[in-house]
Amino acid sequence: MVTFIETLRSPIERKAMATSPTTVLRVPPAVAGVDRDMDMSQHPAAITARGMNFYYGENQVLFDVNLTVPERSVTALIGPSGCGKSTFLRTLNRMNDLIEGTRCTGEVLIQGQNIMEPAVDVVLLRKHVGMVFQKSTPFPKSIFDNVAYGPRVAGERNRAILADLVESCLQKAALWEEVKDRLGESAMALSGGQQQRLCIARALATNPQILLMDEPASALDPASTSRIEDLIGELCANYTIVIVTHNMQQASRVSHQTAFFFEGNLVEVGPTTQIFTSPSQKKTEDYITGRFG
Amino acid sequence: MSTPPLSVTPQPSDVQSLKSVNFISGSDSTIRRRLFLSRVFAWCCRIATYSALAALVALLASIIVNCLGRLNLSFITSVNSVDPAEAGILAGLWGSFWLISLTTLMSVPLGIGSAVYLEEYAKDTWLTRVIKVNLSNLAGVPSIVYGMLGLTVFVRMFDLFGSSAAKSKAINLLGIVKIPLPLGDIILAGALTMTLVILPIIIIASQEALRAVPSSIRTASLALGATRWQTIRHQVLPAAMPGISTGVILAVSRAIGDTAPLIMIGALTVARFCPAGIDSPVKLLTEPQRILQAPMDQFTAMPIEIFHWAKQPGDDFSPVAASGIVVLLLVLSVFNGFAVWIRYRTSRGLKW
Repeated sequence: MVTFIETLRSPIERKAMATSPTTVLRVPPAVAGVDRDMDMSQHPAAITARGMNFYYGENQVLFDVNLTVPERSVTALIGPSGCGKSTFLRTLNRMNDLIEGTRCTGEVLIQGQNIMEPAVDVVLLRKHVGMVFQKSTPFPKSIFDNVAYGPRVAGERNRAILADLVESCLQKAALWEEVKDRLGESAMALSGGQQQRLCIARALATNPQILLMDEPASALDPASTSRIEDLIGELCANYTIVIVTHNMQQASRVSHQTAFFFEGNLVEVGPTTQIFTSPSQKKTEDYITGRFG
Repeated sequence: MSTPPLSVTPQPSDVQSLKSVNFISGSDSTIRRRLFLSRVFAWCCRIATYSALAALVALLASIIVNCLGRLNLSFITSVNSVDPAEAGILAGLWGSFWLISLTTLMSVPLGIGSAVYLEEYAKDTWLTRVIKVNLSNLAGVPSIVYGMLGLTVFVRMFDLFGSSAAKSKAINLLGIVKIPLPLGDIILAGALTMTLVILPIIIIASQEALRAVPSSIRTASLALGATRWQTIRHQVLPAAMPGISTGVILAVSRAIGDTAPLIMIGALTVARFCPAGIDSPVKLLTEPQRILQAPMDQFTAMPIEIFHWAKQPGDDFSPVAASGIVVLLLVLSVFNGFAVWIRYRTSRGLKW
């Protein structure tokens, strides 16, 4: 029986799938820099979430989530809308604190410390755990001032140090060549894809070790999306990245590890290749083959 | 198994003969009717605009014609007089200057501070909700009510310090300025009252401006490790500044023209002196010690003097009143020009 989703595939794809019967979804090649066969057990944990429950008022949206994110790797969080993946992402730098009436139990260890403790300095935590949002949010300032914002609010005043930092961050975000001659111009004049890379550069400027990305490419065109994906491949050599995405192809291209959320539960987590070729849960298989969601 | 071939070619049964359409306008009675109504509405709006404008122009023209022959330099360099040929607006001009300066000085920090607290810090409790709802009510309260409040609270101070006429007690501030208790009908009391009048307007305008700043900017700033204060100082306030400054200037312009609360608190109708004797801008620089005394002096204001001249019997004072109105309007346009300039300056820093 040919499912609807398979009719959308090209004959070549269908043939490739026919030759490998265990493959649920044909996994596209990974972007450069992401080695999906990497042995992650060699990497110490950057983030360890244990028994996390999250509530909006009386409404529980996360149920006993346990997840370990290895250092210098990319973890993709997938799942249908409203499954709690973005909520989980935002607890990792306590951005949910900004929403009134939220409550969280359980623990999240970063560098051996439980960041859910009330005594945690969230300002320091957010410098260490950077974040990039779905909608690019450049400040209405110059490109330079955007990137220099994080270090400046942290107290850096030295113009030369800031200039070096801005250049290196823009280079890491693959934006330097495009903007080096117009650092003083408004960041709002950049294209959508450039703005998103600027936001990544801005997040890198606080020298974080963990980078959270909440659907960073969902508002971008295919060319810009591909640039962001390549960038993730480059950055994961030095940063731990957690990315929420609705795009299955993207999750499989850029991540070492994939976690599937459904209705507030972490259904399955494992190496990306395994999740996309032989998931152990029926629910995961149904989701990634497009039977629901 | 194979999928049925997808076809995009319409089958003959789907194709209906297309009705021919004449694109030259006026071919269809329904369209003609719609176009006609559309034009009628445009004309209604045009008439609304121009009728208001015509009334304004007529008013301005009659005032300007009236003031011709009276409005000259001596009108703004001399104080009031019983002789219409010698009466001038200088005392009112300086009275309004001190009144507005003090009012601005007190109401702007208070107003912006309250708005920032209500929009950025305050949790959504019943108390903040009550405050927010009542701010709009306060903005609608007639200014004469504030005048009565000012009379009781500031001018007489509930008679806690004895009768206001006695002016026996005073507190000495650092030995430079003496504040009478109760305040009595001095500029400070007028400015405090005027602050009450315009504070709700400033708070509401600032709240609107702060609310218009996209919350994604706040989130992005906080996510970069900025504190709440840094986020407000570097992102939210600069982005809201054009809106806030416009609101402030509009409120201050209202205060310049407002007469009722000043009459209520007992500002002078006829004054032949300027507060603290400062009758020219030069004296602000040559005798700065008087600046602190001015707020403790009695005063009159431009709208009060205009009102006084306008109600004089006979036509003798009507050119004087007209001249006063023109001066008041000029001062107002200077303020509004200032507002436009501030708006331009603050929005230029924002690279939207």
